Amino acid sequence: MTKKIYTKEEWTEALKGLANTYKIFVPVMEGDFHTFKALDEKKIPDLDFKNTQLSPKSLVYPQSERMFEYTLDENAPDANIIKESEKDYSPQAIVGIRPCDAHAFQIVKPNFDNPEYQDPWWIKRYESTTFVGLGCNDPGPTCFCTSVGGGPFSEKGLDVLLYDLGDTFLVKALTDKGETFLKKTQGGKEADEKALKAGEELAAGAADKIEVKVQTDRLKDKVQTELFDAPFWDDVAFACINCGICTYLCPTCWCFDIQDEVLGKQGDRIRNWDSCMFPLFTLHGSGHNPRSKKVQRVRQRFMHKFKYYVDKYNNGVQCSGCGRCVRNCPVNIDIREICELMNGFLHENQ
Amino acid sequence: MLEYTEKIRETARKLLEEGKVDVFIGYKKGSVPMMNQPVLINNADQVDLLHWDSNCGLNLCNYLTGRTDRIGIVANGCNSRNIVTHITENQIKRDQLYIVGIPCKGIIDHRAVQMAVKQKEILEIKEQGDTFTVKGKDFEETFNIKDYLQRNCSVCTHRNPVISDEMVAPPVEEQIEVDAYKDVKEIEGMDPDKKWNFFTRMIDKCIRCYACRNACPLCYCPTCFVDESKPQWVGKSSDPIDTMTFHILRAYHCAGRCTDCGACERVCPVGIPIRQFTKKLNKDAQELFSWEAGLTLDQRPLLDVFRPDDYNDFIR
Repeated sequence: MTKKIYTKEEWTEALKGLANTYKIFVPVMEGDFHTFKALDEKKIPDLDFKNTQLSPKSLVYPQSERMFEYTLDENAPDANIIKESEKDYSPQAIVGIRPCDAHAFQIVKPNFDNPEYQDPWWIKRYESTTFVGLGCNDPGPTCFCTSVGGGPFSEKGLDVLLYDLGDTFLVKALTDKGETFLKKTQGGKEADEKALKAGEELAAGAADKIEVKVQTDRLKDKVQTELFDAPFWDDVAFACINCGICTYLCPTCWCFDIQDEVLGKQGDRIRNWDSCMFPLFTLHGSGHNPRSKKVQRVRQRFMHKFKYYVDKYNNGVQCSGCGRCVRNCPVNIDIREICELMNGFLHENQ
Repeated sequence: MLEYTEKIRETARKLLEEGKVDVFIGYKKGSVPMMNQPVLINNADQVDLLHWDSNCGLNLCNYLTGRTDRIGIVANGCNSRNIVTHITENQIKRDQLYIVGIPCKGIIDHRAVQMAVKQKEILEIKEQGDTFTVKGKDFEETFNIKDYLQRNCSVCTHRNPVISDEMVAPPVEEQIEVDAYKDVKEIEGMDPDKKWNFFTRMIDKCIRCYACRNACPLCYCPTCFVDESKPQWVGKSSDPIDTMTFHILRAYHCAGRCTDCGACERVCPVGIPIRQFTKKLNKDAQELFSWEAGLTLDQRPLLDVFRPDDYNDFIR
């Protein structure tokens, strides 16, 4: 696999040179936050960033996506016939994606792509995406990727990994997709032993900087129903205001809702992100709501991430440790603390 | 305002021990800097959880809606005005509450602080009188609290609670001669197209997480209009028109009720200055009806009175 060295200026130029081959998404500072934007003449990619405020999940799984469309015009030959809407699957690359966010796509994958169900739109867009990661030299105080199967230089879910060596990037291809990407990327030179060693040392040092350790090893042994009835949920849920910040900012939350919207005679069937924090999420047509109480919804979010997912997929927890919900929860519900509570929970009979 | 903590704990202990309240609602120190957590305790053993500093930003009135027990609660100026609004709107009864009043010097704008240290990771914040110090791995900076107040706090003219059963300290001096509506006036001066562009741009980052609505103590409708499905008033996609409909309708629903507590703006994960919607309505309420929300229990809220002898012609 290709290993190259680019000066930072060369790298930015090289990305611009890929414009005809890929749609390139890069972190850009907008207002108070970094956000992934399509690279164009006006955008200044800023790879000296912590992480983006919103996760890059929307680049594969848009917040709102038109699935189908139809006409209600009775005179039209195709009246009332639902047709798949045209979608853009042209190759794209997310450059500067953090290892936690790339790992998140692997966590989400069993939901959209499993032997039983294949979500065509998620899969096609995922396959058209090249994940060009940037290792974290300085993980933040709310980062806990090393507790959930990742790491600041984890290669999980990445096609290419960048090491920030100061003035240069060490760029390593990790998969065939990544190899193809680097073949098309101009400039740079072959990485020498010194650079490779510097990269290794950087990665080893970064993992040690993560001080937070969250226990997840005993979740699998817990009895679902006992954990469900654990006495701490009321206290955990009290402060929650049931907004969608945690779920919408989360790179591993995948739930959606499907809506038909009609304007005049034109109809669209749209898939929108949904949140288990919202009462509407589980409201039945009959009017019954199995999760009408806040505590039930809060419990659902954590049980899904740390118990149901664990039991169903045997693929670790449904959390990549990015820390967005920790930083942004307006009432400071800290997922690390809840995970510890769940992992350490002992039923009264135990 | 750190010195308030001891007094709050002492009062809560007394209330719980004497059985004057069933529960006490306050804040506890958060797990990340500048982010305290609303907390409910029901036992005097737990009072040491209670905490107060300049990072108690979320409006506690949210947690009163529909409660039937007797509640002790801490309240600064704006929170107390929301409690008044809650009482007059029949969401809670006055005699259920024991209000521990906080003379407030304002809440720190965590985003402004984050910007001031150039987005470096803050590991610790310490308050000392009128200043605070933030520390990170390789930096330490001290700021004046008054320079980093939430925008609503810097123009607040009701820092002291308007209603309380006990105060944790003597009243603080109210800010006078603040121009609370400078920004609103600027927008009022725009022509319609410019105004529309201003608001469209303002909300273009909105992800419809509804944190602004849910953090707002006024938004207690059992089913919000955006969640209605029969009929469905608003589309649920990220279509800008639907998003604008949500924000404008929500703002109008707060007309004459908003206390400018700033919770909506504080919680927005994408930094939308949501108060620009509600402030205009606050300004109108003040100018047209001499009304500020939540100042007294003796008057019905602005928009739920009808008087045949109203001095305004258009209403008769």
